[in-house]
Amino acid sequence: MAERKLRLLVAKPGLDGHDRGAKIVARSFRDAGFEVIYTGLRQTPEQIVSAAIQEDVDAVSMSILSGAHNTLFPRVIELLKEKGAPEIPVFGGGIIPEEDIPGLLAAGVKQIFTPGTSTQAINEWVVANIHPRA
Amino acid sequence: MALAERILQGEIRATAILLRDIDDGMASAVGELKQLYPHTGRAFILGITGPPGAGKSTLTDKVIAAYRARGLKVAVVAIDPTSPFTGGAILGDRIRMNRHATDDGVFIRSLGTRGHLGGLSRSTNDIVSVFDAAGWDIIIVETVGVGQDEVDIVRVAHTSVVVMVPGLGDDIQAIKAGILEIGDLFVVNKADRPDADRAVRDLEMMLEMNHPPEGDWWPPVLRCVAQKGEGVAELIEKIDEHRTFLQSTEQIERFERNKSTLRFETLLRDQLYSRVHTHISASGALAETIAAISRRELDPYSAVETILAAHLLRVDLPEID
Repeated sequence: MAERKLRLLVAKPGLDGHDRGAKIVARSFRDAGFEVIYTGLRQTPEQIVSAAIQEDVDAVSMSILSGAHNTLFPRVIELLKEKGAPEIPVFGGGIIPEEDIPGLLAAGVKQIFTPGTSTQAINEWVVANIHPRA
Repeated sequence: MALAERILQGEIRATAILLRDIDDGMASAVGELKQLYPHTGRAFILGITGPPGAGKSTLTDKVIAAYRARGLKVAVVAIDPTSPFTGGAILGDRIRMNRHATDDGVFIRSLGTRGHLGGLSRSTNDIVSVFDAAGWDIIIVETVGVGQDEVDIVRVAHTSVVVMVPGLGDDIQAIKAGILEIGDLFVVNKADRPDADRAVRDLEMMLEMNHPPEGDWWPPVLRCVAQKGEGVAELIEKIDEHRTFLQSTEQIERFERNKSTLRFETLLRDQLYSRVHTHISASGALAETIAAISRRELDPYSAVETILAAHLLRVDLPEID
C-alpha cells in the first residue's frame, strides 16, 4: 500500500515573465506520473526554498530566461542549506550560455538543460537521477 | 527525536516530512499520528469548495491575509486532481498564494487526489490533524474543483464555504442535491460580472426552500470579487458568526461525533480489508477464489462469507446479545 510518489517543484525565479517552457516541462512531468508543484512567476529564492520545504519535494527545478542564473541558482542552493534541507537537489534550464554551465555545476546545480532539449530527455534524466526520499 | 515531538515543538521540516509519509501511506506515520492525536481539537477548520475556476485559491489567498492580520497562524491544505491515466498531477493552487510563502505564520501544502473521490485526498483528515496538533490556529482546506456530489468537506471542516460564479446554470441547477446542500456560507465570486444578481437570487431562492427551523443556522449568500479583495471582510465576519453559532449550540458536539465516527469506521474498514486481503493474496486463496467465481463454480457472495468466517474466527470476538 505504501508507495512513494516523486514530488518536484517547478519554479520561475526572477523577473522574466515567460513560463511557457516551465509549463511544458511541468506537464511532461505530470505525464511521467510525478506530482508537480508549480509556484507561478516571479518568485524570490526565499519563496522557492520555503515552498520546497513545506511541500517536501524531492528536487527543485527552475526555469530562468532572464540571464540571472549565476545569481539565482547558487542563492537557492545556499538557502536550502541554511534552512536545513541541503539534500534537496536543484536542477534547471533556460537560456544559459555554455560557458556558464561548468560554474553552475560546480556551485552544486545537478544538471542544466539548454533550449532544444526534449522533454523526454529531461524525464529520463529525472528518473535516473532524482529519487523519492526514503 | 521522533517526528511527533519535533512537530509539537513547531518544526516546519518535521511537519512537512510527516505530511508526506501520511500521503504516501507509510506505516511509520501511524505511530506519529497516535502521539499527535491527543493534541488535536484546538484549531478552527475552514473548508473552501466550489467548481473549477470559481476562484477558490484566490479567495483562500485573501482569507489567509485576513487571518494573518489578526495575528493567527494559518495552514492551508490545497487539493488538486491527480491524473487517472498517469498518476501524475500539477498542483497549482500555490500560484495564487505563494506571496505568503516566506511568512512563518503560513504553511501551504498541496495534495493530489490520488484516485480518491469526494473532493479531498484520502490523507486530508490526518494531515489536518497534524496541523492541528502542531498548533496552527486556522486550517483552510481547499477542495479540488467539485461538480455536484463531492461533499466530503463537511465531515472535515467546521465551516464550509461554497464558492460559486455567475453563469453556471439556471435555478434548476440550484435546487439539485449535492454541494449546494452543504454550504454554511455561499459566495458568489466575480460578482462584478453582469449576471451576478441572477446567481445571488437563484441561490437565495434555493436556500429559502430549505427553511431551517427557528434558531438554526441560515446560510447567507455573499458577493465577492476575490481578486480585488472586495467582500472578503464581510466573508470573514460571517465565518466568525458561524463559528460562534457552532460553539454556542450542541452542533459542535454533533460535528465531532460525526467526524470521529467517520474516521473510526473508515479505519476499521480499511484495516479489515487490508489484513484479510494481504493474507489471502499471500496464501493463494485469492487467485483460486477468483478463478472459481469466473468459472461459475462459486458465487461471489458465498466466497466472501467463507473467507470472512475463516478469518474472523481468529479474532475471538465476544458474543453480542
